Amino acid sequence: MSLQITDLRVYYRTLAGDVQALDGVTLSIADGEIMGLAGESGCGKSTLGKSLTHFDSRMRYIAGEVVLDGVPLPVMDSAAMEEFRFKAVSIVPQYAMSAMNPTRKIGRMTADLLESRGVNAAAMRPEIERRLELVGLQLDVLDRYPIELSGGMKQRMVMVISTLLNPSLLIADEITSALDVSTQKAVAETLLEFRDRELVRSMIVITHDVSILSQIADTITVMYAGKLAEKAATDVVIGAPKHPYSRLLISSLPEVGVRYEEKRLSGIPGNPPALLNPPEGCRFQARCPLAAEQCRQEPPFVEIERDHFVACWKAS
Amino acid sequence: MLTLDRISKVYKVGTFGGTDLSAVRDVSFDVDAGEVVSLIGESGSGKTTIGRMILGLASVTRGTISFDGEDVARLPRKAYYRRVQGVFQDPFSSYNPIFKADHVFRMIRGVYFPGLPDAGWESRVEASLQDVGLDPGQVLHKYPHQLSGGQLQRLLIARALLLDIRLLVADEIISMLDASTRIDVLNLLGDLKARGLGILFITHDLSLGYYSSQRAVILRRGRVVEMGSTSAVFERPLHPYTQMLMASVPQLHQKWSHGDAAARSGSGWAPAPTEPCRYHGAILGGGATAPGEIPGSGLVEVEAGHLVGCVQANADGSCGGRPASVG
Repeated sequence: MSLQITDLRVYYRTLAGDVQALDGVTLSIADGEIMGLAGESGCGKSTLGKSLTHFDSRMRYIAGEVVLDGVPLPVMDSAAMEEFRFKAVSIVPQYAMSAMNPTRKIGRMTADLLESRGVNAAAMRPEIERRLELVGLQLDVLDRYPIELSGGMKQRMVMVISTLLNPSLLIADEITSALDVSTQKAVAETLLEFRDRELVRSMIVITHDVSILSQIADTITVMYAGKLAEKAATDVVIGAPKHPYSRLLISSLPEVGVRYEEKRLSGIPGNPPALLNPPEGCRFQARCPLAAEQCRQEPPFVEIERDHFVACWKAS
Repeated sequence: MLTLDRISKVYKVGTFGGTDLSAVRDVSFDVDAGEVVSLIGESGSGKTTIGRMILGLASVTRGTISFDGEDVARLPRKAYYRRVQGVFQDPFSSYNPIFKADHVFRMIRGVYFPGLPDAGWESRVEASLQDVGLDPGQVLHKYPHQLSGGQLQRLLIARALLLDIRLLVADEIISMLDASTRIDVLNLLGDLKARGLGILFITHDLSLGYYSSQRAVILRRGRVVEMGSTSAVFERPLHPYTQMLMASVPQLHQKWSHGDAAARSGSGWAPAPTEPCRYHGAILGGGATAPGEIPGSGLVEVEAGHLVGCVQANADGSCGGRPASVG
């Protein structure tokens, strides 16, 4: 058992009240698992990723606990997390393009970062070179400034930096979203390579693009409006989803081979609820074709088949 | 209807504009009434520049754009915009947040329908809202932040429809929308096409291009590398760049073939230097014009309507497989 999250609740403080961005998330990730975390904008997927690494000033910890490899993570305490960050749990942020210091050469910046964690940068040099080779970067990137690299190169450089100390858990937040299809594939496959070479033990890959997850993830977790909707093996979520939201979402995705004239796809009517004051019970009920009286009560996130969790009254 | 004839765009960059940057080179294609043409390319391929040139938002360095046979550069702006309109990527920045969203309609009225009485105007607005599947009660008199991205984007299309346009340039219009709502906007384009509107659908997403268009144009570094009917280009891609794109698209029900060294290097596509170039090989073998060559386009017609460019083109457009001694 690599990561265990129990009933994690994180709200955003605003003048109008608390935005319930992450409301009771319970899940576990096994050793070697690449878990895809999918959902639309505002569903809380990035908040979950940030909660595991670094609380920003607007985030408020409400409840829940996180255990990584048997050790409780003090996620609510940014100072105490310092001991785990980058070493045990590391993140490749959404805007890796601007994650590097623009005024330092990349090699120097990497060395500074390692020294700040008490690691001898010179001793790490051969390892850095080995990993650059692994992701297909030339060694001379270390003598260049971030601005001299293309988007895909920067993204891969940040991936190398984030994983230098072999963290147990890596969080990749929308790392392929701003890239061209060809570079997207290279970056996504690098994630697989990192896992296969055990540079990181397990991963959470956050994206709105389910088709990328279908390529690299072992399991997919679907979030909707701050709650988990479904978690199962990738093939199951893509091929036989049980939650009405995942079902409608997957069936609305165009792919090469599907044409408007031949097979007309349809979207999901309506919008997600505002999380400032979310409705009682199931948060998908207003848009759900199966919604009934029972849905006024919150459905539990239960295992309906082995390793297949769904939060829907109609699914079990 | 709309014809692009060998258009090019050169931007002046660097100190005092001392360096030329060719964003679009010798691009020719056309868009007919009642069809969706998708213009597909990666970042920096010039796809947005082409859209902006069609809309008159950027000047054309060389070549001509004509609409119904008339040179667009000589057409009066206002008359042209009655027939051709554009919708862009970010619905949130297309609106002025100080005004209500339907302010965009009133701007149209002020410029194009100054004499129209209120009743006639309102029925016109209602009709075009209906065309894009919006309920007037839900979207009129609201501020942009009260509406979703999909609603805002459809309002912009409704605004274009007020003018009885015949061509819509849709530049990445659904890239910023959520998966559950984007497909409705895409379907809307299909409905408008069925009513005779011509649509240029600019996108980086191959699956969206495949879903919505009848013809596809693949751009690379400002040049057309392959174009033809969507089924020909997607199912029988001939250019190695197109083939690489097709192999990189993440598919829901089909895994990538792994271990592709060229893709891993990040350069995406490197032309194979040993194979003879189909296009230039034909030219060198057969005199001045290759069989099936479209004069001046750098493209060869390999089957009806399916055009392919030099498969070993260097960045400057020269052929990588061409012997140095020739031309």
